[in-house]
Amino acid sequence: MAFQHKHILGIESLSREDIELILNTGDAFKEINGRDIKKVPTLRGKTIINAFFEASTRTRLSFEIAGKRLSADTVNISGSTSSVVKGETLEDTAKNIEAMAPDIIVIRHGHSGAPHYLAERLETCSVVNAGDGAHEHPSQALLDLMTMREHKGRIEGLEVAIVGDITHSRVARSNIYALSKMGARVRLAGPGTMLPPGIERLGNVEVCANLLDAIKDADVVMMLRIQLERQSQTLLPSLREYARFYGLNTENIKLAKEDAIVMHPGPMNRGVEISTYVADGIQNVILDQVANGVAVRMALLYLVSGVESMQTQ
Amino acid sequence: MKAMLIRGGRVVDPSQNLDDILDILIQDGKVAKCGKQLKDSQAEIIDAKGKLVTPGLVDIHVHLRDPGLEYKEDIGSGTLSAVAGGFTSIACMPNTKPVNDNHTITRYILEKAAKEGHCRVFPIASITKGLSGESLSELGELREAGCYGASDDGKPVGNSEMMRRAMEYARPFGMTIISHAEDLSLVGSGVMNEGPVSTELGLKGIPWVAEDAATARDIMLAELTGCHLHVAHVSTKGSVELIRQAKRRGAPVTCEATPHHFTLTDEAVRGYNTNAKMNPPLRSEEDRLAICQGLADGTIDAIATDHAPHHIDEKNVEFNIAMNGVVGLETALPLTLKLVQDRVIDLNRAIELLTCGPSEALGLPVGGLQVGGDADLTIIDLDRKWTVAASQLNSKSKNTPFDGWAMQGAAVCTIVAGEIVYKLD
Ligand SMILES: [Zn+2]
Repeated sequence: MAFQHKHILGIESLSREDIELILNTGDAFKEINGRDIKKVPTLRGKTIINAFFEASTRTRLSFEIAGKRLSADTVNISGSTSSVVKGETLEDTAKNIEAMAPDIIVIRHGHSGAPHYLAERLETCSVVNAGDGAHEHPSQALLDLMTMREHKGRIEGLEVAIVGDITHSRVARSNIYALSKMGARVRLAGPGTMLPPGIERLGNVEVCANLLDAIKDADVVMMLRIQLERQSQTLLPSLREYARFYGLNTENIKLAKEDAIVMHPGPMNRGVEISTYVADGIQNVILDQVANGVAVRMALLYLVSGVESMQTQ
Repeated sequence: MKAMLIRGGRVVDPSQNLDDILDILIQDGKVAKCGKQLKDSQAEIIDAKGKLVTPGLVDIHVHLRDPGLEYKEDIGSGTLSAVAGGFTSIACMPNTKPVNDNHTITRYILEKAAKEGHCRVFPIASITKGLSGESLSELGELREAGCYGASDDGKPVGNSEMMRRAMEYARPFGMTIISHAEDLSLVGSGVMNEGPVSTELGLKGIPWVAEDAATARDIMLAELTGCHLHVAHVSTKGSVELIRQAKRRGAPVTCEATPHHFTLTDEAVRGYNTNAKMNPPLRSEEDRLAICQGLADGTIDAIATDHAPHHIDEKNVEFNIAMNGVVGLETALPLTLKLVQDRVIDLNRAIELLTCGPSEALGLPVGGLQVGGDADLTIIDLDRKWTVAASQLNSKSKNTPFDGWAMQGAAVCTIVAGEIVYKLD
């Protein structure tokens, strides 16, 4: 089956078949990452620009490594979303980049919808969303699914708890779409100030009254990062109380299935949303997530590039 | 000035319960006669057979952007947009640069309108100096200079005592206080209606309670002070209900709704459409239906456009940082007529909402076709089908959410003080 999408703007616009193709492609690329010479010629001659208008270390690093392992030329630019007044418009920035004829722009932006804005205005190159505002973070959800599939052998029928600040989380939204499309069930929990209205309409979602209801008998427990910078006094009384009611620890994790896995998109706030003992415990697959991130991003870059063969040899 | 005889049109003037096939004779800019089979051998004849003849339409909520923001709109282009939409009188909001908070600015607007304008312009004063919310504008002199109402539109008066004092002070001058009802602490950094669509798009929401809470406060202050309160651009079900109940109690309250709020919902934001970004935001279908109900049952007194021109550079950006507002003067009439086609309201009610409804809400001396009064008229072709093309709008700005919409009904001739100021061939 051929991949029909020129851009990856979000999981919402992908089908179950698309997701499966991406995950299978990711699996095939993953093997390269264990080789001595971690490089294949798949995207030789292609130029990828990682345009990060919002601070990010690991996602940018992951995309950059993914591009390099496929032999693409990767260039990073960063900018600040907040410098709208003095800076040029996003459209001008993008058109300038496009004039240098890159093949793919990977964009991270603080404003929801920024990748869609670019995709509408760019003529030739593909746009890959590396996280836009509180909207979507498709590559994160895909690497999460890849990790779940690796550990659980399937995604269909899994009970997945997602806990934390759902309102501001693009990771939660993309995972809700992806998991629902693949036949898993999502349970959400978080402080009342962090559960947005109508979230249950995004997919196969149950909003739980508390953390314990969400993780009881879950196959996967995904803890979201509490964004310290976004945490204002109107949303949370204290991180201490957050840890007490919404933090995952060695006690409450026992409510999940015995073989449940614990995930986190990183970076973790140890002692806040996840205790150190759980973060370093055997159920934790957080580093697998990071490793799979490279593979799944290689898959995305390859699939949107329109290159015919993976050339993994 | 040559006399004019408008022949054979269906004359609808809700201010005098008039709906009949009649001729209208205009002399010296006034309505001289209104009756059957009028004759005048000197007069220019205008055949209105098969057309609707109404008092000139009135829009009490327009941003003309002049002085200071002429790159968006000026008095010339804004009033041209108005007459193209069938409006002969518009009231313009004070959030210009500088703010219309003293009579010098009011006189500038009126003089420029007399020179370069295409229709009547009624400036609205700011409630507080510089829209700061801190000290009262010179409302007495502003009233003298020609302001019928005062509003800090766009920057609601947050301090409740300030609003109380403004009402107390404005009342003896016979001024209407127009409220842009929003509790800004509840608006926060919201950019669209809070609901399933904002959740899905990952955009910060503005809850309905931000409007309802402010509407409730201002109604109570109007009841305390006896000042006439006009609530601008009602967008929520709760606000409509609060005003309905206030009117039942006899509170001195009127209100308006915009065509975009009775036509669209927050679904229009999908795709991060910045031409669907305005303040108050497009709400849910439930809210939209409540506004339609309010228009039908008399709770809502007027349709007003909140015509808010913005330059393309201010809209062609990410949704979060795009300016609030849409142009509305040239699409208001057909969108109101759509309510008639959809049987939400009847034709007489539609015309009332666009003529004497708004003029009475603000106490303006326009909105009817009484013999001896100013001859401001709009001739409307109810059957005319046309398609909105943003690029063809007369306004300097093209920020309409209705680009490409098929419309039925248009003003084909707009007459101000007996002179044709706009004619569609
Ligand atoms: Zn307003």
